Amino acid sequence: MGEMLIGLYVFVLATVAGRELIGKVPPTLHTPLMSGANAISGIAIVGALVVTASADSRTVEILGIVGIAMATINVVGGFMVTDRMLEMFKKN
Amino acid sequence: MNLSTMVELAYLVSAVLFVVGLKRMQSPATARPGNALAATAMLVAIIATLVDNQVLDWTGILIGIVVGGGIGAVAARTVKMTAMPEMVGLFNAFGGGASALVAAAEFVRLHHAGMTMDTGTGITIALSMLIGAVTFSGSIVAFGKLNGMVTGNPVTFPGQKPVNALLFLAILVLGVGVAGVLALGSLTPLSTFWIFSGLALLLGILLVIPIGGADMPVVISLLNSYSGLAASAAGFIIGNMVLIISGALVGAAGLFLTMLMCKAMNRSLANVMFGAFGQSGGTAAVGSGEKKPVRSVDAEQAALVMAYAQSVIVVPGYGLAVAQAQHELKKVMDLLSDRGVDVKYAIHPVAGRMPGHMNVLLAEADVSYDRLYDLDEINDDFKNTDVVLIVGANDVVNPEARNPDSVIAGMPILDVDYARNVIVVKRSLSPGFAGIDNPLFYLDNTMMFFSDAKKAMSDVVKEVREA
Repeated sequence: MGEMLIGLYVFVLATVAGRELIGKVPPTLHTPLMSGANAISGIAIVGALVVTASADSRTVEILGIVGIAMATINVVGGFMVTDRMLEMFKKN
Repeated sequence: MNLSTMVELAYLVSAVLFVVGLKRMQSPATARPGNALAATAMLVAIIATLVDNQVLDWTGILIGIVVGGGIGAVAARTVKMTAMPEMVGLFNAFGGGASALVAAAEFVRLHHAGMTMDTGTGITIALSMLIGAVTFSGSIVAFGKLNGMVTGNPVTFPGQKPVNALLFLAILVLGVGVAGVLALGSLTPLSTFWIFSGLALLLGILLVIPIGGADMPVVISLLNSYSGLAASAAGFIIGNMVLIISGALVGAAGLFLTMLMCKAMNRSLANVMFGAFGQSGGTAAVGSGEKKPVRSVDAEQAALVMAYAQSVIVVPGYGLAVAQAQHELKKVMDLLSDRGVDVKYAIHPVAGRMPGHMNVLLAEADVSYDRLYDLDEINDDFKNTDVVLIVGANDVVNPEARNPDSVIAGMPILDVDYARNVIVVKRSLSPGFAGIDNPLFYLDNTMMFFSDAKKAMSDVVKEVREA
């Protein structure tokens, strides 16, 4: 359980940090914040890459590749659409 | 320094970049580079993973990345800004789905290898599959409800709650089985796992289907939080800290925004999730057919009132975006501003279809973001304002919220009725989402400008020019 426990520590601390960071985001940026955070949840791509790379059967490989494709949609789409929104925020 | 240390350090860099990137979201001036930083963090994590795993066969990985990247890029470039809630919902579905697939792949791999699972791994696989699958199917339903493919009305059926409870119980039992707790470290059959996964998908559908279309943004925000938790759980499975950290960040962000939205609507999360709110034919019927007098104005009168005012505050609502009238509205405000009128925009937290949505829609129409004020910043200004122009908003300016007996009692509203003059641009006197009449329309200082928002604004542009 040692590694699990360290993971739990990290998880809890990151949650606290996340709450602190996000609480200070002004309401005007809440939509880009949500879509940007959404893009970050595409980090599951790392997991999909690991399982695909270590696949020892066709089933695992296919599950992994579909996972990579899905996570990449989330990552690429999420960061790009956030950028598109933020680009429009101008002060004049 | 050996390779695995370098990879771990790269993951650390990635985690820090995610945190700094989010930190930069705290100001519109730094948000765009902040987003780029978060994207860089993702790239660092991906490269570190590929280096670490000494990939032999790149075909599958490249296919996945190229196909996914292509779909994501096209969707991100072509989506309309008004459709942002459903876009985020759909992307979210894929994020959750990916975490579920990681769990599935790992379970199948362990099964094939005939390896026994320790309880910790078992629990994280079960959690990642459960949360990921609920996120996936729930987000797809939310997406469908937002873009009209699934009915926006709450879908309820007799015995819905017992069915959901039973389903939840079944998932719990199977989940314990999958986690291998009962099997005492021996492997659970694959079929148990697939049934568990199927039920988790079903649960996602059943949880979202009874929620009304107007509440979907709250659901999407909550599911966004779940997709973060699913990614964290996947991080526990493969023992990867960067997944745990970024998943936790997303989980916290999603939950914060969910609570914020509930607060703006004065509802509890439980009420949103299980209240089947917004059902047509509800009890909140408008009072008897008695006709109250309203003061109706045309474009010329509205333009004159604003052109000779010292201060004007606009309250834009989603109706403005539906009518695509943002650009026309901006023209009106620019003309007024050129005449020396003090012009501000007041944005209610639920003005659009997700928090901050109206700000994006106005940014698209080139409205400077320092002109946009949120509820807390501007509510004290109304009493010293000559004219408030309300375009396409209704419930968020309904003074009934101050009446303790009203269904919207306690909902935070913009105090527009305190201004000297109020102009409401609206097609008719019909009620908003909450389904109740708005006494604002009948006040002595209120002028009703019955028109389509876009036509109204372009007519006012002409009249202000002549004023």
